[in-house]
Amino acid sequence: MAETGRLTAHRAAPLIAPVTLLRILLLLTLLLVWEGLARSGWLYRDVVPSLLRIGAALYDLLSRGDYYFNLGVTAGEIGFALLIGGTSGIVIGLVLGANRFLAKAYEPVLYYLGPTPKIIFFPVMIMWFGLGSESKVALGTLSCFFPVALSVAAGMRQIDKVLIRVGRSFRAGTLQMVTKIYLPAMRHPIINGVRLGFGFALIGTLLAETKLSNKGIGFLIINAYSTFDMPRMYANLIVLFVLAIGANALIGRFGGLGSIRRT
Amino acid sequence: MTVAAAPARRAPHPYAAPLTGIASLVVFLFAIEAIIRIGWISQFIVPPPSEIAASFGRLVQEEHIVRRFFYTVGECLTAGVMITVCGIAIGVLMHRFRLLQQACETWVAALASAPFVLAYPLFMVIFGRNVWAIIMMGFISGLPPVILKTIEGISGTRRVLVNVGRSFNLTGTQQVWKILFPAALPTIFVGVRLGLVFALINIVGTEFLINYGGLGQLIEDLAERYDLAGTYAAIGFVILVSVVFFMALEKVERWLRPVD
Repeated sequence: MAETGRLTAHRAAPLIAPVTLLRILLLLTLLLVWEGLARSGWLYRDVVPSLLRIGAALYDLLSRGDYYFNLGVTAGEIGFALLIGGTSGIVIGLVLGANRFLAKAYEPVLYYLGPTPKIIFFPVMIMWFGLGSESKVALGTLSCFFPVALSVAAGMRQIDKVLIRVGRSFRAGTLQMVTKIYLPAMRHPIINGVRLGFGFALIGTLLAETKLSNKGIGFLIINAYSTFDMPRMYANLIVLFVLAIGANALIGRFGGLGSIRRT
Repeated sequence: MTVAAAPARRAPHPYAAPLTGIASLVVFLFAIEAIIRIGWISQFIVPPPSEIAASFGRLVQEEHIVRRFFYTVGECLTAGVMITVCGIAIGVLMHRFRLLQQACETWVAALASAPFVLAYPLFMVIFGRNVWAIIMMGFISGLPPVILKTIEGISGTRRVLVNVGRSFNLTGTQQVWKILFPAALPTIFVGVRLGLVFALINIVGTEFLINYGGLGQLIEDLAERYDLAGTYAAIGFVILVSVVFFMALEKVERWLRPVD
C-alpha cells in the first residue's frame, strides 16, 4: 500500500495563546499609560499616583494591625446583614413562591422596590438604629433582602412538579416539604440569590460606613479621601475589590454552584 | 350510587390580588398612623403618614422638588446617552475583532458585578465635587451591561439575515448598520435598560453621598435639618420616580421585542 503521507500537519502550538498575549499586552499598556500619566504632571499631583507609591501604600496597609480591626468590623457588619437579610429573604421568597395569589399581590412591590437606591434610606436607618454598627447592618440587610427574596420566589416556581407530587404522596408535612423538597431543589437559585445579596449587602454596608462612621473599611476609604492620601485610598479600593470578588467566588464554590452546573 | 362531585374551586378575580396588595398597603399606613398617634412609636423617629403626605406640598413649593427631579433626570439622560453610544460602539468593536472579544469579554462581565459606587471618592478627586463626578459614576456603572448585551445581540443574529446581506455585497459597515444592528436592537435595549437602571441607582446614590445635585441631595439636606416628614416624603418621591422609570423602560422593551 502506497504511503499516503501524513494526513494532517501538526502545527506547533504557540508558546502563549494569542488571547493571553493580548490580555498581557492590554494590561501592560494600561499600567504604562497610568505610570506615564502619574509622571506627566498633566493632572493635579497625586490624583494619579505612581504605581510604586500605590504598591508601597498597599504594603503599608496590609502590614498594619488596625487595618485588620477595621476589616473585621466591616466583615461582621456584612455577615450580620447577610444573615438577617438572607434569612428573611429566603422565608419571604418561599412564601411568595408557594402561593400564586400572594405572589401576584406582593411580588410587584418587591420587584419594583428592589432596584431603588437603598442608600437614600440611610437617614431613616440612623434615626431608627443610631450611629453605630446597627444602622450599617440595617442598610446592608435592606439591600440584601430584595435580591434574595426575588431569586428564591422565582426559583420556587421552577421546581419540578414531580418532586412536589412525590413529597405529597409521602404525606410530607409543611416543614418536611420545605427541608426535604423545596430547599434541596432550589439550591441553585438560593445560592445565586445569596451571592447577589452578598454584593448588595457589601455595597450598602460600605456606603453607609463612608457616609457616617468611625470604623470599618468604608471609613478608611473616606478618611484617606478627606486627608487626600490618594495612594492609601487606591490601596484600600484595590484590596476591597479583590476581597469582594474573592468572597463572591467562595460563596459560589462552597455552595456547590460548580457541581450543580455540571449535572 | 352517585358520588357528589367536588365543588370546583373558583378562580379568584384577576384584580383580586393587586387590590389585596394595595389594600394591605393602605391598612399598613393606617395602622402606622394609629400606632404613632397612640404613642407606641415616637413621632420624632417615624412621622405619621398623614404628616408625610402633607409635606409634599412644601417640598414642591419650598424645596423645588420638581426642578431637582429634572436635574436628576438630566444627569440620567446624559449618562444614558453616553452609555448607549459608548456601550454599543465598544460592543460592535469587540464583536468585529473576535480576539479582542475573547480577551476582554470576561473582564467586562467582571466589571458588571464590581461595586463601582464605592469608588465615588475617587471620582470626586478626578472630576471634582460637581455634576460630572455624578454623571461619570452613572456612566461607568451602566456601561458593562450595554457592551455585553450588544455582543450577545449581534452574535445572535440569524444566519439567514447575515447571508442576505452578503448576497447584496454589503460592506462591513453596511452589514453592521443594515443587518446586524436592527436585528440586535431588542437585545441591545435590554442592555440599555439595565444600564439606565444601574445609572439611576448610582446617580441618586452619589448625589446623596456627596451632597450635590438633585433628588439625592434633597434627601441629605432634609435629613441634616432633621425635617423628618420632608425626608420621608422625599424618599417616597424617589421610590415613586424609580418605579415609574423602571415601568416605562419595561414598556419600551416589550414594544421593541419581536413577536415570535
